[in-house]
Amino acid sequence: MTDETHPVPSDPSHGFSLEYAPAPESTSVVTIADDYGLFIDGEFVEPRSDQMFPTVSPSAETHLANVAAASAADVDLAVGAARRSHTDVWGSMPGRERAKYLYRIARQLQERAREFAVLETLDGGKPIKESRDVDIPLAAAHFFYYAGWADKLEYAFPGRSVSPRGVAGQIIPWNFPMLMLAWKVAPALAAGNTVVLKPAETTPLTALLFAQLLQDVGLPPGVVNIVTGAGATGAALVDHPDVDKLAFTGSTAVGKQIQRAALARGVPVTLELGGKAAHIVFEDAAIDQAIEGVINGIYFNQGHVCCAGSRLLVQESIAEPFVEKLKRRLATVRVGDPLDKNTDVGAINSSQQLAKITELVEVGVAEGAELFQPDCVLPDSGWFFRPTILTNVQQTHRIAREEVFGPVLSVLTFRTPEEAVAKANNTPYGLSAGIWTEKGSKILWMADQLKAGVVWANTYNQFDPTSPFGGYKESGFGREGGLHGLAPYLSVGPMGGQIR
Amino acid sequence: MTNELDSVPGIPTFRPTTGRGVNLRVTPVDEVAIEARAKALSTRSIKKSSKRAALNLTISCIDLTTLEGMDTAGRVRALCRKALTPDPADMSVPSTAAVCVYPTMVSAAAANVAGSGVKVASVAGAFPSGLSSLDVRMADIRAAVSAGAHEIDIVLERGDFFSGHYGHVFDGIAAAKEACGSAHLKVILETGELGTYDQVRRASMLAMAAGADFIKTSTGKVSKNSTLPVALCMAEAIRDYREQTGEVIGLKVAGGIRTAKQAWHYLVMVNETLGSDWLNNRRFRIGASSLLNDCLLQLQKLETGRYSGPDYVSVD
Repeated sequence: MTDETHPVPSDPSHGFSLEYAPAPESTSVVTIADDYGLFIDGEFVEPRSDQMFPTVSPSAETHLANVAAASAADVDLAVGAARRSHTDVWGSMPGRERAKYLYRIARQLQERAREFAVLETLDGGKPIKESRDVDIPLAAAHFFYYAGWADKLEYAFPGRSVSPRGVAGQIIPWNFPMLMLAWKVAPALAAGNTVVLKPAETTPLTALLFAQLLQDVGLPPGVVNIVTGAGATGAALVDHPDVDKLAFTGSTAVGKQIQRAALARGVPVTLELGGKAAHIVFEDAAIDQAIEGVINGIYFNQGHVCCAGSRLLVQESIAEPFVEKLKRRLATVRVGDPLDKNTDVGAINSSQQLAKITELVEVGVAEGAELFQPDCVLPDSGWFFRPTILTNVQQTHRIAREEVFGPVLSVLTFRTPEEAVAKANNTPYGLSAGIWTEKGSKILWMADQLKAGVVWANTYNQFDPTSPFGGYKESGFGREGGLHGLAPYLSVGPMGGQIR
Repeated sequence: MTNELDSVPGIPTFRPTTGRGVNLRVTPVDEVAIEARAKALSTRSIKKSSKRAALNLTISCIDLTTLEGMDTAGRVRALCRKALTPDPADMSVPSTAAVCVYPTMVSAAAANVAGSGVKVASVAGAFPSGLSSLDVRMADIRAAVSAGAHEIDIVLERGDFFSGHYGHVFDGIAAAKEACGSAHLKVILETGELGTYDQVRRASMLAMAAGADFIKTSTGKVSKNSTLPVALCMAEAIRDYREQTGEVIGLKVAGGIRTAKQAWHYLVMVNETLGSDWLNNRRFRIGASSLLNDCLLQLQKLETGRYSGPDYVSVD
């Protein structure tokens, strides 16, 4: 158009820039103690190890608190407390009574959601809009959901008898600390087990706040015990002879060690491990929404997501314009202070993780991939990494095969649905996949062919407590969520067994 | 996408007889995802220091509208005064982009805004249904233009559109463009009646290809007005059309936009979808009436730190 409409005093006619306000969430709702002991038998206790370790804010690199490092002796105390409370209280409590506690926990989580969300963002670096809108509400939803099963276990597996396994040892990762806690603790308690939980060493604070919440709701002592620490603490828990059931979410390498230990002792184990998900976009997809899906799939939680859509497989006929659209969209992604509600991508969880991401991207470029990063301004302090797109990636590149666990998207192309399936499945992992096409029959065919535990169609990263989640191959086994997530915490036997 | 095919089985296509030669195999739109994106965009908060500029921008993008059967020359005169100097006590407040009236009110409006930068826009072509013969509609447009209208808002012929007669719709818009002469043509899709985002996208591409300078959401005369996801859908179409043809098309949202906060959501959406190049009244318009007073109240609040009240701004 050539017409010149009148100028206005503020002269927005050229280069008007709409600046967004910093809208930081107040941290005043959170009280962080100087030191945290271990949560054993309903109390915070000093560790026998006398060892403490710091936890820091990844966005400011500031010290937040000192946390106890549990030794094998501490773990032994925790397992002992869990065993006693299982034998004396929790294991024999009627399901409807257990349900009351679970509902109470869920309601408390909702009531204190803001506190949990802010603490999660402080300790982990994820954007407040995610901890506020996804992590904490979903964690509460899991407790609500499994509370509903607690008095209905005999209906969950008709014709079979069910009983709790006993003491569950659970180890959770740093990417979704509270959500992973809920995925583990809620079904275990609903099924009548007691728990010893080890949170990740970089993100222990929300689990410790959860321990305080358990005191407030009056959960009987010993039903949930929380032992903080690093790998040695986890190993002590895995190797403890009185643990009846193991559950682990984390890296495939550690998962393999845990599986070996569990097999040696004959302890049932569920593992939710790494992934290298293919996000497949066909030429007949809703393109602009697929762009949003791909962005959400890889940059959600800085890409610290086991099911992140880290490999974009785009049909060659649309690859070029699609990647252009992706780049343009990426330029509007806001990286910065995780506590700011306008922030889309927050801080990388630890300096080690930042180093790993940096290294893998360098390797990718050295192998011939083309790098694209928007020239956004990163904060001066804290661990941040520019959202990255690597194009011209080949199936042989390390960047296409190894889990980066960061905001890095590798772009590959395909010509036919068969080729898309072959490339998508050509990985040791098999956790998740995404399909974008308007053609229903293609979605169904693809979902059938893909070796992935979760397949999303025309959406990505959608979670619900009623829906099972878990992987194929080196992404682990066992399912969490839904009825499937209840089964691993129960001994399911022939009819006639005792049901509580 | 640039490689859109001329014809895809199962998707009705048309071949432009005139216009800019784009085809109508439209990219599908996913309803759930586009609504989620629009919702995410509405959570951005605007910096306080850019609020004044955003309010002034909003005002400068308004097509101040009166489309009542009871409109009179006197009513139009008052509206024009308001458009020229929205806040007589603060001359730094910009004029609105245009006043928007029925064709018989154009001459009154033109007389009152003459010499200013404020444009006269007129709904024409059997507004709001568009269901008159082509001759009648074109005569209506020509009359409005010769009476002094700078901009003509017509409605998409939904009857032909829903019948799949895209060629007719195209020809009607192309004819209207010709009838407009040098006046700008805005095509109202009446998205509240189109039913799906796919149809909104198709209507957008059709209107742009046929010669629209602006595409516009709504007449304000049906119960479903402009929504953020619908406007986002149209903005995405404008963005793709720009890429395919190099042509710049404007976006006008209309109906039900009453508060500055609602308007900001649209500004943020336009900013993140089309870029800041679209944040001016040559490329973005808001058809509204009561929105102007809310902007004035917000400006007063920025100045004084407190809200005054409806009696501290003029009714029109």
